[in-house]
Amino acid sequence: MEIPYTVVARRDTGVWNAKVGIWLFLASEVMLFGGLFSAYVFLRLDAGPGDWPHGVLNVPVGTFNTAILIISSVTVVLAWAALKMRQFTRYRIYMAITILCGVVFLVVKLGYEWPQKYVHFGARIKESELAKYEKYLGNQHLLAEGFAPRKEITGHLHNPQALHDPNIKEYEIALDPVNADPTNKKMDRPHFFYVPPTEKIGIVEKADVEYANMFLPKHSSYFATYFTITGLHGAHVLAGVLVFCYMLLPASTRLYRQNPEHLANRVEVAGLFWHFVDLIWIFVFPLFYLL
Amino acid sequence: MSIKGFHILFIIFSTLLALGVGLWCVWVDLTVGEPVYLAGAIGSFACALALLVYGVLFYRKMKRLRLIT
Repeated sequence: MEIPYTVVARRDTGVWNAKVGIWLFLASEVMLFGGLFSAYVFLRLDAGPGDWPHGVLNVPVGTFNTAILIISSVTVVLAWAALKMRQFTRYRIYMAITILCGVVFLVVKLGYEWPQKYVHFGARIKESELAKYEKYLGNQHLLAEGFAPRKEITGHLHNPQALHDPNIKEYEIALDPVNADPTNKKMDRPHFFYVPPTEKIGIVEKADVEYANMFLPKHSSYFATYFTITGLHGAHVLAGVLVFCYMLLPASTRLYRQNPEHLANRVEVAGLFWHFVDLIWIFVFPLFYLL
Repeated sequence: MSIKGFHILFIIFSTLLALGVGLWCVWVDLTVGEPVYLAGAIGSFACALALLVYGVLFYRKMKRLRLIT
């Protein structure tokens, strides 16, 4: 039995069925991501001065990934246009570039950005003990400059066993530059390029710490929303890549030989999904990396 | 909306993002004063211009090829 309305439009909707389906699906996706973005906005608005992390993400890497996704959106449209003009070889080339872009995005995200967070440590100091760690926090300087105070000492944990061993009373942290030289004016704003922790070791007593952890979802609302939204977005990118891979398989070549317009419609639907995923990133990037 | 219309919308948002990144770089440059931010601002504004030109060319080409009717 042949499935109707895969190429020609239905008279009542004015479009072929898959297009109605993808737009209904994208509407549900808008609600999903809209809810998550709303949660992010409300958590951030509710955070007190100095409670929301700034400048902990790598801006050049985020910019690179943004460029990769924009390029992939261009190539997926070019792949669709090539099919419409019955240029199958060109279609395959553009589709392969789109897949490559998606894979590069995921490798950068899962192979570089996320693992950087897993080894980064932050100890949030109790409000009553902030003055004791002035040499790492530089809050007098920040107050004079009109900036929000720092409440967290970050870097690479030198004694990771301290996280689980109650007999160890102190955290030894290879300090981030912002805590190694807190009164330096260059530390008042986030860095454009990633700056690794220094060799200077800071000692923080466990008794003075409100909470301490690696930069994982349980660290703070910021990292919980960061990992949730970028993780869900990454899952969508992976789904898009898998669909595009299917469109390069021999089954799609056979469909092209039988009915090229049908394959063009499939590519258009997948391209609409891909554009939506890329559009989500256009909002994720400034929210998490810049603001 | 077809993929052509969505693509043009996407390019508009990408252009706005590039402009926003440029303004962010200018803002940080004014407070920190490091040349890397000025270079970032120039690069972002150049990208915004390139995206705008691409968007116009894309629309014209689609129209010429009768892929946008």
